[in-house]
Amino acid sequence: MTDAASRLVVAQYRRDGLDDPALVTPEYGSTRYRAPDRLEILPHTLTEVTGPAFGEDRVRPDDADLTRRHAGEPLGERIIVHGRVLDAGGRPVKNTLVEIWQANSAGRYAHDGDRHDAPLDPNFTGGGRCLTDDGGRYRFTTIKPGAYPWRNHPNAWRPAHIHFSVFGRAFVQRLITQMYFPGDPLFGQDPIFNSVRDERARRRMVSTFDLSETIEEWALAYEFDIVLRGPEASVFEDHEDEE
Amino acid sequence: MSGDPMRGRGGPDVGLLPTPSQTAGPFLHLGLLWDDGPLVVDEDTPGAIWVGGRIVDGAGDPVADALVETWQADAGGRFASPEDPRGAVSDFRGWARCETDTDGRWRIRTVKPGPVPGPDGSMQAPHIAVTIYARGLLRQLLTRIYFADEADANTADPVLTSLSSERARRTLLATPTGGGAYEIDLRLQGDDATVFFEA
Repeated sequence: MTDAASRLVVAQYRRDGLDDPALVTPEYGSTRYRAPDRLEILPHTLTEVTGPAFGEDRVRPDDADLTRRHAGEPLGERIIVHGRVLDAGGRPVKNTLVEIWQANSAGRYAHDGDRHDAPLDPNFTGGGRCLTDDGGRYRFTTIKPGAYPWRNHPNAWRPAHIHFSVFGRAFVQRLITQMYFPGDPLFGQDPIFNSVRDERARRRMVSTFDLSETIEEWALAYEFDIVLRGPEASVFEDHEDEE
Repeated sequence: MSGDPMRGRGGPDVGLLPTPSQTAGPFLHLGLLWDDGPLVVDEDTPGAIWVGGRIVDGAGDPVADALVETWQADAGGRFASPEDPRGAVSDFRGWARCETDTDGRWRIRTVKPGPVPGPDGSMQAPHIAVTIYARGLLRQLLTRIYFADEADANTADPVLTSLSSERARRTLLATPTGGGAYEIDLRLQGDDATVFFEA
């Protein structure tokens, strides 16, 4: 045990620089009866700065390819979605679990609760997972999801998106977000996208078309880096010393 | 990199800005359900308990499309995480996830955690960290579950004692219901709303 450990120095994660949406966001109708109206401050104790570590037993190689779950090929535009999971200090977050889910190419989720009148695809379920590698990299093969209507306001449509869930190293780094596609004309009218008030922060949820990773005669590619909260600098340096 | 907006202070790979949160939406089950999600421990584990309850919204309706995740220390107060400076415990996952049913109910099988060191030499009472994801929640809700039958430890807990009222503290207490089960209702809004935290 290091000296730091015997004194139980607990990493403190930065509380600044976060551009998360406010829970109370009236334009998004579902927040009305669900968003708590106040939050208490919780110190970062051992409970908050630790978090689950998942291993290879949680993922099969096929889990990262959403186009090969069924007998046939799903309909739609085949895409590679790849990127890195980093913390705010720029350190790759390696061996962390990334889970995704999405609608099919027609904008329909393979879910009992989705009533959108668009076709299901018998060859597409829309869930995937993988672990990041030592460089924090992840990579999925999937189908570009379609936009879909959702009744939040008159003629409301969600921009095409892929849901991302990332663990990180600490419970306070846990993130669920959505990856969008560049230049979507539906951004302006979407209250979920715009719940992030800062325009530059919204751009951090938009993937980049990545010609270099496209696969000739087979798939287009998008790059999406995910940045998790990081510890305060002093603790970050302590960590480096230990490694 | 996805472009300039990520850059904060200091140039490449130094000082990046975190990716904002977005709602998990109503169809999170497609990506997040695990068969063994609710099971932190095996059935025959000594001291195994069930912890669960209902999630209720501000209109009094069950939240039927939520996912609950939990994180906790083992019975000795140690975490299954390399980030624990005392070293990671093995053979204990410490983490669970469970979707709510049509009645807003969820439950996990686990063990009661041991006390965990807190700030400034304090000792935290046994507790489970809880996050809730759902449609209508633009970021996760964070709360803690304590145990009503740990009255002495609860009285000294730095987080519980930081709350302003007995009513607020009570919203975080799971009650033993017999047979090794504990129950707690999580209320998102209203006069009896659960205390939620900003970490």
